[in-house]
Formats: sequence, C-alpha cells, structure tokens
Amino acid sequence: MAFNYDKYLRLEKMPTLWCWGCGDGVILKAVIRAIDKCGWKQDDVCVVSGIGCSGRFSSYVDFNTIHTTHGRTVAWATGVKLANPDKHVICVAGDGDALAIGGNHTIHGCRRNIDINMIVINNFIYGLTNSQTSPTTPQGMWTVSQKAGNIDPTFDACKLAIASGASFVARETMLDPKKLERTLVKGFEHRGFSFFDVMSNCHINLGRKNKMQSAMENLDWIDSITTPLSKYEKLTPEEQLNMFPTGVLKHDTEVREYCDMYEDIKAVQQGKRKVITQDDFEKKI
Amino acid sequence: MATREIISTGNDLNAIAAVDAGCQFFGGYPITPSSEVMHTISDLLPKSGGAAIQMEDEIAGIAATVGAAMSGVRALTATSGPGVSLKAENLGLAQMAEVPMVLVNVMRGGPSTGLPTRVSQGDVRQARNPSHGDYRSITLCAGNLAECYTEVVRAFNLADRFMQPVIVLTDETLGHMHGKAMIPTLEEVKAGIVPRKTFDGAPEDYRPYGVAGDEAAVLNPMFKGYRYHFTGLHHDAKGFPTEEITTCKNLIQRLEDKVMMHTDELELNEEFMLDDFDGSDGEVLIVAYGSVSLAAKEAIRHLRKDGIKAGLFRPITLWPSPADRIRHFTDMTKNVLCVELNIRQYTEEVERVSGRLDLEGLYKVNGRAISPYEIVEKVKEVF
Repeated sequence: MAFNYDKYLRLEKMPTLWCWGCGDGVILKAVIRAIDKCGWKQDDVCVVSGIGCSGRFSSYVDFNTIHTTHGRTVAWATGVKLANPDKHVICVAGDGDALAIGGNHTIHGCRRNIDINMIVINNFIYGLTNSQTSPTTPQGMWTVSQKAGNIDPTFDACKLAIASGASFVARETMLDPKKLERTLVKGFEHRGFSFFDVMSNCHINLGRKNKMQSAMENLDWIDSITTPLSKYEKLTPEEQLNMFPTGVLKHDTEVREYCDMYEDIKAVQQGKRKVITQDDFEKKI
Repeated sequence: MATREIISTGNDLNAIAAVDAGCQFFGGYPITPSSEVMHTISDLLPKSGGAAIQMEDEIAGIAATVGAAMSGVRALTATSGPGVSLKAENLGLAQMAEVPMVLVNVMRGGPSTGLPTRVSQGDVRQARNPSHGDYRSITLCAGNLAECYTEVVRAFNLADRFMQPVIVLTDETLGHMHGKAMIPTLEEVKAGIVPRKTFDGAPEDYRPYGVAGDEAAVLNPMFKGYRYHFTGLHHDAKGFPTEEITTCKNLIQRLEDKVMMHTDELELNEEFMLDDFDGSDGEVLIVAYGSVSLAAKEAIRHLRKDGIKAGLFRPITLWPSPADRIRHFTDMTKNVLCVELNIRQYTEEVERVSGRLDLEGLYKVNGRAISPYEIVEKVKEVF
C-alpha cells in the first residue's frame, strides 16, 4: 500500500511555495517516511528550520515546529533538546543557512555531539533571494552576486561536520529518495549529532544561467558529481577532486552524546558522583 | 513580606533569583561584567534538575534560551551591552513569536567594546528597542542588591504574563557589589509565581495567537499534544506565516496594545523623600535609577541637612516609562535634576512625558560612578 503522508502534513498549507520541480518536496517526504519508520510520535518531535526555501519546511509538517532566524537552527535546537533530552529534534537548513551565516553554530553542534539531526538541503545557491553565491556554489559558476563567475572556494559540508566532531555524517541526494530515507533512519536512530548533506536541485536559481534550466539537467549534474563511498575510495586523487562520496561517511557509536554527559554534571552538582576529571575521557588533549 | 538575609553580589543574586523563580534553562556566553551570572547558575541549575550551557557566541546563547522557552520552560540569558547588540536579532523573534524569557544586561561602558570593566547606564535607550520593528520592550532596572534578586523574579512573572522577553538592567557597580541584602523567602517567591496561561481544550480548537486585541498569546508547552508553529514572520491565529493585510495590522497593533493597555501591571517606582513635596519654591526633584539612585539618596540626605528640600523619583520599570507619575512630580516641582551614567538617555523620556525642556542634568560617561558629593554640588550650582 502506498505510504499515506496526510497524517504528517499540514494539508491546509499546501501547495508549498517551492518551485515546480524543486527537490525540497522529495526530501520532505523522505524525512516523513523516516520519522514514521523510526516510530516517533508526532508530539515527541520538534522540527526547527532557518531562513530560505528550506526554512518553510517546518510550516508544512505536523510536528512541534519552529521557524527561526537565519542560520540559528542548531543553536535553537540545542535549547529545545537540552531542556527536553527525551524528545526528538530535527533541524532543516539550507547551504547558506547552515554553512555561511550559521556556520559557527553548525561547527559547535557537531563538536558537542548533541542528539540533533541536522539536514542540510544543499542546492548550491541562495534560492529564495534569487541566485546569490552560497558556500557550496562551485567556482566558475554564474551567480547574481558574481556575474563574472564565482571565485569563492567551495565548502565540503561533510568534511566540516566530520572534522567538527559529529558522530554520524552522511551525504545523499534527492535522486534516490529510498536510499535517502534509509540513511535518514540510520542517522535518526543514532544517539549523537547526525549530519546529513542532502544535495538537491535548484534549476530556477542555480540552473537558469549555468546551462541546467530544467530539473532533469540539474539532477544529471548532481548525479555526475556524486558516487557511492565504496566507489569513491577507488578513485585517484585527481578524480576525487571533482566528486562527492555519498552514503554514511562516519558512524561513531562510541563517543558520548552531550545530554547524556550533562547528566554527569547534574550528578556531580547533586552530590551523587565525584567531580568529572580527565580520567573520565579516553581522549586527553 | 517575609524576608531572609543574604550576603552576596548583584550578579550572584540574579542567578539565585532565576532558579528560585523556577528557571530551568540558561544559555549564555562569557562577557564582562556579567559572566558571574553564568558561573553561578551553571552550578545551581543542574543541582535543581535544569541545565545551563555556555554556547559558542552571544547569538547562540539567546537562540538556545528562546528555544528552551518555546518548549515551555522558564529560561534566562545574561550579558552586557555588546552582547545585547548581538542578541537583538533573536530578541526580536521572541517579541514577534511572543516567547517569554528573561535577559539580564549588566551594563558597562559603550559604545562598542567601550569600557568592559567599568560602570555605565549607556544601554537604557538600547533596551527600549534592541531589535527592529514595532513592539514594546519591558525593561526593569535594579537599584540595589535586593532588587538584583526581586527584579529578576518579577521579570519572570511579567514575561509569562505578557508573553515576551523582559530585560533586567543592572550595572557593573551592582553586579560586582558584595554585601548584605534582605530578599523575600523562597516560600514567598514560590507563592508569587504566576505561570503562563495554557489552553486545555481540544487541539483542533487551539489558536495560540487568536486572542483579543490587548491580550498576550497563549502558548502551550511543546510535546503535550498541541502542535503549532513558531515564526518571526507575520503570522495568523495558528502561528502560520501570512501577508493578509488585516491579520498583519492586528498582530502588530496587538503587540503594542498588550503592553500599553496594561501598564498598571508593570509600573513600579520608588518615591524617596517626596511625601512632603507640595509645590513650594526651592524643592528639588532628582530623577535617577539603578545604582546611581544609591548616590542620589545619600545626596538628598546631605541636601536636607543643608536645608534644601530634595527628593528622589526612581523608576524601577524603565520601559514603558511611568509617564503619569513622572508628570505628577514634574508638574509640581520647578527644579528637576536628572542624574544618569550616560548622556540624557532617560532625560529625553522625562522631557517627552513632562513636556518640559528646562530640566537640569548631571551626566557621567567616563566609567566611574557618580558620588553623592557631585550631586550635592550640582544641585547647589544650578538651583
């Protein structure tokens, strides 16, 4: 039987403001299916979004939802989660949202390894504000703020998340919604910071001046720059330069989650255990 | 009122008051001269089952605080002027989405990084409109150690009553002042807690922002079966973004009216040695607030000994200003002296509500406190 999304959607808010052919809807449906698969109750889920096309994600789904200021999703979610450690918190941010204006919060959410699921909908451009350069816009592409061609070096969001300490890091694209759903389930069930770089199309604002005027052309391009991790590892360094690996790139179940560690602080302050020292941690420096 | 004696600092009293008032979350970032609020609450909150977190920057400090407050708990952040500048963005969202929370600003010299370790009242005007757009800030100002406690308690109750951020101003002098204070007993504080209103009807009938034109939003705690939406955009009764002209107009008008039509619930002043004012010649009205009022009171005692009939009007709720009460005294008294650790920031409000442009002022912006002697000299010089 086909999956029934109605239970999880705010149907009165349809249609979405997303453009015809946009990948955001495919990602939204995958997130809903993953939540359903995890068996989470709608009342127990908080979805926090930022500003941009992806910012509207939270208003379409029937959970406890927060549409925050630009870039602040993870900081916001940290307050929700730390005050309610037994609830499920999902952040949805765009590439500009998560990596430019909110870059600092992304880094420190990853570093704390707090149990937040952060989905970055990465369409390589500022879509809602009409085609400005984002931290993931490839060099040499046209943007409205760099009509001569973008010279800003490009971010690899997953490398940032891994280096910052997120314990679950994955990259998928909206080309394979079933695989995206499976990866989301793995990350959602992981206790710790789960970071997802989900590549999506914006043929309207990225594609129109970069020879990808249709959704299919934009998606073909995403297909051409991504390959599963197992295949990526067999590529030469020169080939890897222009390729993003997909799948689960990091899954560390050993590192402790922030809210769990905070219970130790409570225990110390309540006189139930001795003070935390370096001996409590394997990594000393 | 049942009281207890405590020996502490202004900053510590802020933290103790928050926890006594039921605060369960603190998000902050180190900044002089407010850091001790974070230091102390970081010990106290986990002890009482709450959580305190030092975030990666000032913006994140308030973002986490508003997030926790949206989920339904009482939440605090503390900072100083430069931090308020950074937090302004998310204070604005909390105003717009009607999220109750408390921000303590331990004022230091500005503008910019200014005089980090020195006293100032330079953020009074900032507190009135820290973020862009139309809304009414509620700002309380502690004038002594005891009020570093009582005003934080009052701020939490007002935040839940008016469903918006409440700013508590203290300053470097009060924050680092160490001494004895008489504060209400814990039982007294607990008995006075007014929790935010909630809706307990059927979820499909719930309209968090569908309230009368002078009422505050009714925001249920999260995770309890009432799933709704927070946004900084103009929104409808259910909290969803809208650009419908009447809805937009009514929303912003309501943010104004929910405060300005109920200022009687907010106003708090101290009238020191004003009982015997009768409008006779030679009376001197001093208007001062915060730590400056300590010097003003001492000056008034000296002036009275010297035969000058002086008295102090001290607003404890700075914004919205106690317009009627200010006007009452400025109408009656010819000689008015405003004393501030800034240049005319509240004087301009006194001018506005009194309609008078002949107010004298004593202003100091070098990071040093005003002494009683300076006030006495000023009074004798100008009146």
